[in-house]
Amino acid sequence: MFDRRDLLKGAGLAALAATLNSTKALALDTVTLPFANGERPLVKYPQKRPMIGLTSRPPQLETPFAVFNDGPITPNNAFFVRYHLAGLPYDLDPDKFTLEIKGKVDKPLKLSLKDIRKMKATEIVAVNQCSGNSRGFSEPRVAGGQLANGAMGNARWRGVPLKTVLQMAGVQAGAKQVVFAGMDGPVSDKTPDFAKALDLDHATDGEVMLAYGMNGDDLPFLNGFPLRLIVPGYYGTYWVKHLNEITVVDTVYDGFWMKGAYRIPDTLNNSIEPGTTPKATIPINRFTIRSFITNVTDGAKLKAGRTTLRGIAFDSGKGIKDVSVSTDGGKTWASAKLGKDLGNYSFREWKLPVKLVSGQVELRVRATSNAGETQPDTPRWNPAGYLRNVVETVRVSVA
Amino acid sequence: MQRTALLAISLTLAAGISAATAASVNYKTPDETAAFKPGPNLEVVQGNCAACHSSDYIATQPPMKDKKGFWQAEVTKMIKVYGAPIDDADVGKIVDYLAATY
Repeated sequence: MFDRRDLLKGAGLAALAATLNSTKALALDTVTLPFANGERPLVKYPQKRPMIGLTSRPPQLETPFAVFNDGPITPNNAFFVRYHLAGLPYDLDPDKFTLEIKGKVDKPLKLSLKDIRKMKATEIVAVNQCSGNSRGFSEPRVAGGQLANGAMGNARWRGVPLKTVLQMAGVQAGAKQVVFAGMDGPVSDKTPDFAKALDLDHATDGEVMLAYGMNGDDLPFLNGFPLRLIVPGYYGTYWVKHLNEITVVDTVYDGFWMKGAYRIPDTLNNSIEPGTTPKATIPINRFTIRSFITNVTDGAKLKAGRTTLRGIAFDSGKGIKDVSVSTDGGKTWASAKLGKDLGNYSFREWKLPVKLVSGQVELRVRATSNAGETQPDTPRWNPAGYLRNVVETVRVSVA
Repeated sequence: MQRTALLAISLTLAAGISAATAASVNYKTPDETAAFKPGPNLEVVQGNCAACHSSDYIATQPPMKDKKGFWQAEVTKMIKVYGAPIDDADVGKIVDYLAATY
């Protein structure tokens, strides 16, 4: 796959772009994310509104944060995009698409999209969040996609439970894990192809889903059309896009993207002393609990007196019990009113009327789950910049 | 009669072909505009790095104190982990460019 022509093409593109020096010229506009080297172009892709461009090949797009103030569901055209490898199936034909279920099963299957759409459908509202969401705020900084808080989104997914498909194929005794691979792949055959694995009991819990629908529409191409895995409460790395291969194995899958990447320290809170290296690691798994103020941006100038703060909160699936807000830098807290419950895996909206006094004010927000999980006052740290869920602070001037 | 049949066949074929074409997604990303900054050994960097990813991958990395150490580790990762076919002789040149330019 890695031939000289590809190399030349890549070099040629880069040379052409160097001549034009056109990053800014062709971008709609730029935004500056609130960390060093945070300037990004706003870019327009088919099926997407202007998005924060992180990389162009493979495409990686971050959702402008203001979108999260528009409601608990993230529109398809604003949903973040993350790929690892630049071989995208740009020409895929949904009529020829097949999902293969193989490995330790009694009856290997090849299902067309029509076959899957004919099965009894289920729906779930669930947050998808990139493992690297908010990595740009990691201190000390770490290598990787430098994202602010926009690599997350909440959608109503429609499809079939993975459990149903695995039952059709008949999982054999001794099976341990299920491995998922999509149609996107590496440019070089030396690069490990992207594949992820779940333990069998997780894969068959009835919640993990094969989704073709998103917010009442087909999946946008860049969000995994025509079929992707939905793993509620788990980081996006498991939500394999363009999913076309499911393999049941009787081992613990040790491919690079499980064993070498997407690892977190095997410590309390999966955190270590900033700047150090963990002794042991485990695969990243469930979301940490988070909450955000969405209607006031950092550095805003507000009028003294009454106003209403609003935002969102989510966790890994226990559901949000409380969102508390402080308008005095964390000295005192008040519980917000929670919005409509769209399910334990969804964004939960919140709002709270507050009275602001003049001066430099730190607004803070902290969520607590039904299981008692809450957000720390100081950020946890790990070498890949994962799991960020520190209590968010929005600094405003009130006059 | 024969001509009509032929016409019918070719119409069917045409319909078949256009249906097949219409069914493909044929998703088009915008033209790649990100460019490597000018710097020493630029052509070596373009030839080696741009095959697999755009230059914004590099340009958006955080400013690090130990630039050379950071970029050495990244280039090593690209070779060892992602299988980038970079000649030994080019490694130092690429690291020098990255440390001097980003």
